[in-house]
Amino acid sequence: MSTPDLLYSEAEDDLRAAVRSLLTDRCPPATVLLEAESGRAHDIALWGALGAEMGTAGLMVPDKLGGQGATAREAAVVMEELGRAVAPVPYLTSAVLAAGTLLGCDTDQEPVARLLGALAEGRTVGALAVPLSTTAGAPGPPTATVRADGDGTLSGQVSGVAGAAGADVLLVPATGADGYGLYAVETAEASVTVEPLTSLDLTRPLAAVTLTGAPARRLAGPDRAAAAIGRALLTGAGLLASEQLGVAEWCLTETVRHTKERHQFGRPVGSFQALKHRMAALWLELVSARATARYAADALATDSPDTPVAVAVAQAHCAEVAVRAAEECVQLHGGIGMTWEHPAHLYLKRAKSDEIALGTPGRHRQALAGLVDLAAPTG
Amino acid sequence: MSAAGQHPAVDADELRRRVRDLLDAHPPATTAPLDFLRARFDAGLAWVHYPAGLGGLDAPRSLQAVVDAELAAAGAPDNDPRRIGIGLGMAAPTILGFGTDEQRRRLLRPLWTGEEVWCQLFSEPGAGSDLAALATRAVRDGDDWVVDGQKVWTSSAHIARWAILIARTDPDQPKHRGISYFICDMTDPGVEVRPLRQITGEAEFNEVFLTGVRIPDSRRLGEIGEGWRVAQTTLMNERVAIGGGRVPREGGMIGLVADTWRERPELRTHDLHQRLLRLWMESEAARLAGERLRQQLAVGQPGPEGSAMKLAFARLNQHISALEVELLGEEGLGYDDWTLRRPELVDFTGREAGYRYLRAKGNSIEGGTSEVLLNIIAERVLGLPPEPRTDKDVPWKDLPR
Ligand SMILES: Cc1cc2nc3c(=O)[nH]c(=O)nc-3n(C[C@H](O)[C@H](O)[C@H](O)COP(=O)(O)OP(=O)(O)OC[C@H]3O[C@@H](n4cnc5c(N)ncnc54)[C@H](O)[C@@H]3O)c2cc1C
Repeated sequence: MSTPDLLYSEAEDDLRAAVRSLLTDRCPPATVLLEAESGRAHDIALWGALGAEMGTAGLMVPDKLGGQGATAREAAVVMEELGRAVAPVPYLTSAVLAAGTLLGCDTDQEPVARLLGALAEGRTVGALAVPLSTTAGAPGPPTATVRADGDGTLSGQVSGVAGAAGADVLLVPATGADGYGLYAVETAEASVTVEPLTSLDLTRPLAAVTLTGAPARRLAGPDRAAAAIGRALLTGAGLLASEQLGVAEWCLTETVRHTKERHQFGRPVGSFQALKHRMAALWLELVSARATARYAADALATDSPDTPVAVAVAQAHCAEVAVRAAEECVQLHGGIGMTWEHPAHLYLKRAKSDEIALGTPGRHRQALAGLVDLAAPTG
Repeated sequence: MSAAGQHPAVDADELRRRVRDLLDAHPPATTAPLDFLRARFDAGLAWVHYPAGLGGLDAPRSLQAVVDAELAAAGAPDNDPRRIGIGLGMAAPTILGFGTDEQRRRLLRPLWTGEEVWCQLFSEPGAGSDLAALATRAVRDGDDWVVDGQKVWTSSAHIARWAILIARTDPDQPKHRGISYFICDMTDPGVEVRPLRQITGEAEFNEVFLTGVRIPDSRRLGEIGEGWRVAQTTLMNERVAIGGGRVPREGGMIGLVADTWRERPELRTHDLHQRLLRLWMESEAARLAGERLRQQLAVGQPGPEGSAMKLAFARLNQHISALEVELLGEEGLGYDDWTLRRPELVDFTGREAGYRYLRAKGNSIEGGTSEVLLNIIAERVLGLPPEPRTDKDVPWKDLPR
């Protein structure tokens, strides 16, 4: 195993600065809240600026296919910033999961290349139609709940799909006479219903997708579809760790700021040791969370054989750190932390949903058992 | 600190060339280990970032790894860094930072070769976390200082030739301002070392009684009354000292338990499986954080992560060793050896699970307790307000004790 690079490069720092400055201007907490209440699936204007104009939608897509030709390392930096802002944009769902799935298909095929190019441009939004709770790294592809019929149409339902509302194209795993395959379906078709669900995370809403004889184009057959989806889920889980890191960072920074300013008993509450130790302990967890998230990003970028371990460790660790940070943030803010106006709840909801997304910590630890030869007891 | 810029051209290739010259002149196979270590020091390859003439070449610190790797590959003897950890990690940087040229020349070479072991006479029965409250007195008498007092929990005092010592030279000043920093010769009359048996049964640390010990003023480090500032250098280095070599996956205590788990399926339970996986994952996270810290240091971005690592490993070692004893079940009820021994170093891996469990309890106390380190992170890293202080401007002699 070569030594992974766990630091941020200068180019990554520049990318971070650009993304952060855009989000500071266009996506302050009050805007996020308004957007979440608007019933829109995502902030269309913000995604236009970030995904299309800044080019993050095609960050991991090679130049020759219309993208920026960067790697998971840069994408991870974007995810950190999006987490820090709980930004309501389809980066994970379209740029990571959908584009990532297409990258695993045969990009020499015109329909694959064209769709990938459209997603990379940021004008078309895609979503991979699997439940967000699907565990990445689990053996085998997610079971297809959709049926491919002989006439080139799909029928069936997929529940809990993130990014489906607001997507122009759905990438749907389905089985039919030709076995497991990946299909593209336009959401504009009358035979496609995307019904938004009331979701715990207001900033990344889920939807139920129903297809009733929806016209579909097959993008990959049994030889590639499962591997492409598996790899995209693994990439998504690895990068989600960076989003969780960003969420946790915002929570700690805001908590420190608040407890330095808030006075009770004649002192800033942040001077009470009981609180200081909790915040110091969180900082400690952030230090190791950052190391695991960077390792996962670097492993994905270099296609390291250790990637499954790196992703499992990062997911199991960062998911819990983000939830703890968000819970501490609410608690140490006191009453104001329980209010709708204060943004703390947006972060708690994102953190808790992220903990379940693409595999819970427990499932990732379970995966680790197999990967590092620590077998469960028999019987 | 050092004559910076004197050797601007010392890069990795130059170091490799110097290592080859050293190996040619002193083949490890035919050279006595001590002679080799002395020659290595004289060649500036001991700690390459130290000044020339003091075991280094003014090279970037990150290049030490190049030298270590080349020498290890050639089978060169090492200086047993764990045995002389206090000298290497704490005494040396303090002597380099505050010592006179004469002190540096006399002390650093035998310190590095391991010929002279160092100990740290800081803690006292009445001053641990609140180290600046110490009561050991040093009174000026001509060219000497006369020292009286008691130190405690002094690791390695029984094998030490020298000690770094802090003592009160002005009780009328507030506690931080009346302290001076000395080098104490452990063979001098009036220094008495008594073994202090600890939780594990052995006596790795000691009580040290100082009675009328005469220390010449030439063995003072830093100005009179500035000892607390000097001690900060020592304590800072104590916390950073962990950043040493790279650890492979399962390199720490977790590897021992993981191996037992693999080799003895009959011991497995579902509850232990969950806890083991969690600790394995946390150990890997801590290992990666340590690696990231080293990478930051190498590119000259030292972060406050040093104290983070000490805290993380203390907690992990305690949880892992606790799990190990439990995993062993009936065997865990036994203990390898309660004989009073006076070991030269802490040997976590050379002993059995029960020892590891008991010794790991010290990880969150020695070198600053976890509570105190959390205070430091909260105040210096997060910038949270300090606790209200009642002892700040009060002369030491008037403080309640
Ligand atoms: C194995 C071992 C080896 C050692 N080797 C050496 C050595 O070589 N040389 C040397 O000089 N010393 C040595 N020490 C001493 C060590 O540095 C001290 O034990 C340590 O600093 C704690 O001091 P104390 O024991 O007096 O505990 P106290 O300071 O009395 O602490 C008691 C408890 O109170 C807590 N506490 C104290 N102050 C605060 C605060 N402000 N906020 C919150 N909690 C607080 C502590 O965390 C602890 O839990 C060694 C200790 C051990 C265990």
